[in-house]
Amino acid sequence: MLAFITRRALLAIPVLLGIIVVVFLLIRAIPGDPCSALLGERATAEACARFDAANGLNEPIYVQLGIYMRDVVTFNLGESIRFSRPVNQLLVERLPLTTELALSALALAVLVGVPMGILAARKHNTIFDSGTMAFANIGVSMPVFWLGLMLAYLFALVLRDTPFVLPPSGRLTAGVFSVPYFEIWGWELQEGSFWAKFHEYMANHYMFNSLITGQWGTLRDAARHMILPAMALATIPLAIIARITRSSLLEVMGKDYIRTARAKGAGESSVVGSHALRNALLPVVTIVGLQLGVLLGGAVLTETIFNLPGIGRALFDAITGRDYAIVQGFTVIVASIYVIVNLLVDLSYAYLDPRIRIE
Amino acid sequence: MSEQQEHDRHLSSLRVVMPRHKALEQLELRARDPERLYEEPLSQWRLALRRFRGRRSGMIGLGIVVGLILVALLAPVIAPYDPVQVLIGREDVQRRASPCVHILGCDEETPQHILGTDGNVRDEFSRIIYGSRISLTLGFSTVTLALVVGGTLGALAGYRGGWLDNIIMRVMDVVLGFPALLLAIAIVAVLGRGIRNALIAIAIVTMPHYARVMRAQVLSIKESDYVAAARALGATSTQILVRRVIPNALTPLVVLATLGVATAILEAAGLSFLGLGAQPPAPEWGAMLAEERNQVFTAPHLVFFPGLAIMITVLGFNLMGDGLRDALDPTLHG
Repeated sequence: MLAFITRRALLAIPVLLGIIVVVFLLIRAIPGDPCSALLGERATAEACARFDAANGLNEPIYVQLGIYMRDVVTFNLGESIRFSRPVNQLLVERLPLTTELALSALALAVLVGVPMGILAARKHNTIFDSGTMAFANIGVSMPVFWLGLMLAYLFALVLRDTPFVLPPSGRLTAGVFSVPYFEIWGWELQEGSFWAKFHEYMANHYMFNSLITGQWGTLRDAARHMILPAMALATIPLAIIARITRSSLLEVMGKDYIRTARAKGAGESSVVGSHALRNALLPVVTIVGLQLGVLLGGAVLTETIFNLPGIGRALFDAITGRDYAIVQGFTVIVASIYVIVNLLVDLSYAYLDPRIRIE
Repeated sequence: MSEQQEHDRHLSSLRVVMPRHKALEQLELRARDPERLYEEPLSQWRLALRRFRGRRSGMIGLGIVVGLILVALLAPVIAPYDPVQVLIGREDVQRRASPCVHILGCDEETPQHILGTDGNVRDEFSRIIYGSRISLTLGFSTVTLALVVGGTLGALAGYRGGWLDNIIMRVMDVVLGFPALLLAIAIVAVLGRGIRNALIAIAIVTMPHYARVMRAQVLSIKESDYVAAARALGATSTQILVRRVIPNALTPLVVLATLGVATAILEAAGLSFLGLGAQPPAPEWGAMLAEERNQVFTAPHLVFFPGLAIMITVLGFNLMGDGLRDALDPTLHG
C-alpha cells in the first residue's frame, strides 16, 4: 500500500509542475500588458518602464518563470496589481467562501443523490425509477447559471411572503456579523504572523466559525444565504451521483455473491445493506472526486449570479482584468486542490478495493 | 456447417439484441418456418440501429435533435421577426413586454410577441429560434475540432508508443488537471472574446477525453490479427492506421462525440453568459440570458426561455448519446 501511495503521489508532481508552467505561459500570452491595463491613460513609456521594473516584468521570460516557480513553492504568491494587496491575503479572505459553497453543494449532492440512486435501483422499472432517471437526465443538462437565477426568482420573489423565502445574494444580511472565534475567546495573535493568518482564514468560514462559537443567529443567516447557491451548484453532481449509484447497484445485484447471500436466507435489507451497497458504492467514490472540478468551474458562475466574493469570481475578474498575480496564484491553488483531491480519491479507492493496488 | 453450429450462430446473432429466453423463443419460431431460418444475420450496424430504436429515451433524444436541426434550418420561415431588428417605434411595442399570444386571450390591440420582447425591444421568440443556429453550429464544430485533433493525437500516441506517447499523454494530463471551465476562460482571455475563440477554447479543454479513448482503442486494435495480416501483406504504418485502426476505433468515439456536443453547448453558453463567447447583438442563448439577468425579478421570461432552450438542446444530445452507447456497446446493458 505504501509503495502504491508513493507511486501515485509522485505521478501527481509532473502534472502540478505542468500546470504551473501552463498558467505562467497563458498569462504571458494574454494580449495587452498589465501596465497599460492598470494605469490606463497614465501609462507613458516612462511610467511603464518603472512599473515593469518594480514588478519584475522586464526580466527574460525564463528568469521570470524561475522566480515564479520559487515563489509558488515558497507560497509567496506576489501582490495583486489592482487591489495592491498580497495574493495570500486575498486567498485568506475569499477561499473560505468557495470552500464552504463547494462542500455544501457536495454534501447536498451526496446526501440526496446516493439515497435516490439506491431507491431507484431497489424499485427498478417502477415509476419512481423512471422518475429518478428523468430527473437525472434533466439535471445533467441544466445550465447552472439559469437554474441559479430561476431559484433566486422563485425563493426571493414568488415565495417572499411565505416562510420559505431565501435571500438571493450575498453572504450575510447587512448588520449581521460573524465575530472571529479568536476574538471571542480573547486569543492574543501576533499581527502578520503565520498563525494570525491561519486563524483569520479559518474564521472566514462563517458557518464553521459561528458554529463553534455558538453565534446561532449568524449561523442561521449564513446557512440561509448558502442554500440557493449550493442548490444551483449541486444539481449536476447530484444527478450524476444518483445515476451512477443506481446503475452500479443494479449491476451488483445481479452478481453471484448476492444470489449466494439470498440462498443462505439473508433478509432483503441485509443483502442490500451489507453485501451489495459496499461494492456498489465504489464507483460512486470516484465520481464524487471527479465532481470537484465541475464544482470549482461552476463556482465561477454561481458566485457571479449570487454576488458572492469567492475565488471563482475573483479569478474571472482577474483573468479579464489581466491581474497577473491573482490569476497565477489562484489558478495554481485551484488546480492543486483539484489534483490533490483526485489523488486522495485514487488512494481511497485503492484502500476500499484491494484489487486496484496490484497493477 | 453442422446443424449445431448453425443453431449456435443464429442464437448468438439474436442474443445480441435480446435476453437468452427471448432469443431461444425467436429461434424456435424461425425453426418452424424453414424460409426464415436461413435469413442472413443482421450486420453490426443494423443490429445497433435496431437496439437504438428499442430505447425510448434515445429516440426522444433523437427527436429533439432532429427537431432542433429543422428549427435551425427553417429559422427564417418560423421566426416572425429579424432576430437583431430593434422594433422601437413600430406598432407601439413595449420594451421588455410580457409574452402575448392572441389566441391565448392576449388583447388584440397589443402586438403579438409569443415570448415577449427583450431590453432592446427585439422579438424574443425570433431570437431564440435563430439562437439554435449558433448553438448547434458551436456544438458540432467544437466536437469536430476536438475529435479530429484529439483523436489524431490519441491514435499517434497509441500506435507509435514510446516517448511520443509519453509526451502527448502527459500534456493531456495537464489539461485535465484544470477545472474545464476555468481553463476555457483563461484560453479565451488569451485569444480574445468571441464565438470562434470560445469554440477553440472548449475544443482544447475537451480534447484529452477523445485522445484517451482513441489511444486505448488503438492499443487494443494494434494487437489484433487483422492488423498483423495487413502488416504481413506489406501495408505501411500510415495505411494501417488510416484504413484498419481508426475505422475500428470509431464506435466509442461516436458515443463520446454525441455526449460531447451536449457538454460543448453547455460550456459555450456558460462562456457567453460570462461575456466571453458570443457578443451582442448575436442571439446566443447564454448571452441573451446574461443581458437580462438583472431583470430576472421584473421580466423573468427573458431569463427563463433562453435557459429552457439551452436545457432542451443539451438534454436532446445527452439522451441521444446514452441511447447510442446502449445500442453500440451491448456489454453495457444493465
